[in-house]
Amino acid sequence: MESVFGLVGDGFAILVADSSAVHSILVHKSNEDKVMILDSHKLLAASGEGGDRAQFTEYIQKNVALYQFRNGIPLTTAAAANFTRGELATALRKNPYFVNILLAGYDKDIGPSLYYIDYIATLHKIEKGAFGYGSYFCLSMMDRHYHSGMTVEEAVDLVDKCIVEIRARLVVAPPNFVIKIVDKDGAREYAWRESVKDAGLAAA
Amino acid sequence: MSIFEYNGSALVAMVGKNCFAIGSDRRLGVQLQTIATDFQRISKIHDRLFLGLSGLATDAQTLYQKLVFRHKLYQLREERDMKPETFASLVSALLYEKRFGPFFCQPVIAGLGDDDKPFICTMDSIGAKELAKDFVVAGTASESLYGACESMFKENMEPEELFETVSQALLSSVDRDCLSGWGGHVYVVTPTEVKERILKGRMD
Repeated sequence: MESVFGLVGDGFAILVADSSAVHSILVHKSNEDKVMILDSHKLLAASGEGGDRAQFTEYIQKNVALYQFRNGIPLTTAAAANFTRGELATALRKNPYFVNILLAGYDKDIGPSLYYIDYIATLHKIEKGAFGYGSYFCLSMMDRHYHSGMTVEEAVDLVDKCIVEIRARLVVAPPNFVIKIVDKDGAREYAWRESVKDAGLAAA
Repeated sequence: MSIFEYNGSALVAMVGKNCFAIGSDRRLGVQLQTIATDFQRISKIHDRLFLGLSGLATDAQTLYQKLVFRHKLYQLREERDMKPETFASLVSALLYEKRFGPFFCQPVIAGLGDDDKPFICTMDSIGAKELAKDFVVAGTASESLYGACESMFKENMEPEELFETVSQALLSSVDRDCLSGWGGHVYVVTPTEVKERILKGRMD
């Protein structure tokens, strides 16, 4: 099952997701990027049913872009989070999306923020959060080691601790993870943590 | 597990002498897992009217947004705030509209009516109002809360004593319920001021 987690540090927010695309016992690919760059200063990490994940997150991304085109200014992280929750809530009693979301962003006057939005559209602003089976290990690791105002090095160190824990303790542990960061300079990929590289055609 | 017990909640409202107190727990959980310990269950509608929503968090958030919307429209048309009794009828009507596909929430409404007379009521998820002269409770810890409030309640308590009573009833009740707790949030409202206090209880 998919693991997604994230935390807020000093002037930045970090999101981590595993990168396995799985159907029952088959791993389709192990370098799937589940952390979407929503706009220049927002990240959206999603876990859940494959088709819903891709469809819903792209829908949010395009609507966030549309707002910026129409109004000339980007949405704040809180506004984007509330918009996402609204879409999930409206669909909930008609055609629900089975997607759990962590939305991280950086706003100029507010700083970094992280929002927890689960698939039934519960929204909450948090400092650290996680979804999936990995959450049982990540949340405890973060409860122990997290403090507010962590530096990037400290935060990545904590992220690595969580990844080590997932790999050690989860029976069907995902091998690879992607780490993305958002701060005043924007949202970008920070690193991959790969223990299994996709062989590709060259190997054959 | 019942859908009402998915997130966990505890709410209590009590009447005092020309004042009322409304308290809630602070846990947001997903069944056995705790997501946050600073969740706001009580919202201010206007200076003399507070609404607490227990049950499924997503429905509580949706219902709150709908009610604020309706109250703001009322304020624009009537150029005054809604009376607590009127607001309770509004909540009841909104809930019964969804009779065969309800919001999984149990609201607790507390306000100061005409002549600063305190008004409290609760209702079930389809809007059956329960008016009370002394106290009302809701949430996963409601059974414990009934017992605690019944034994601790006295008529015509002053604000300070009322705060103590509500706090003790709330904390001792949530300690017996695994799905609610992680502190408390109590508002004591008199005709002149609103005092908001955070309680520290057993953090587990």
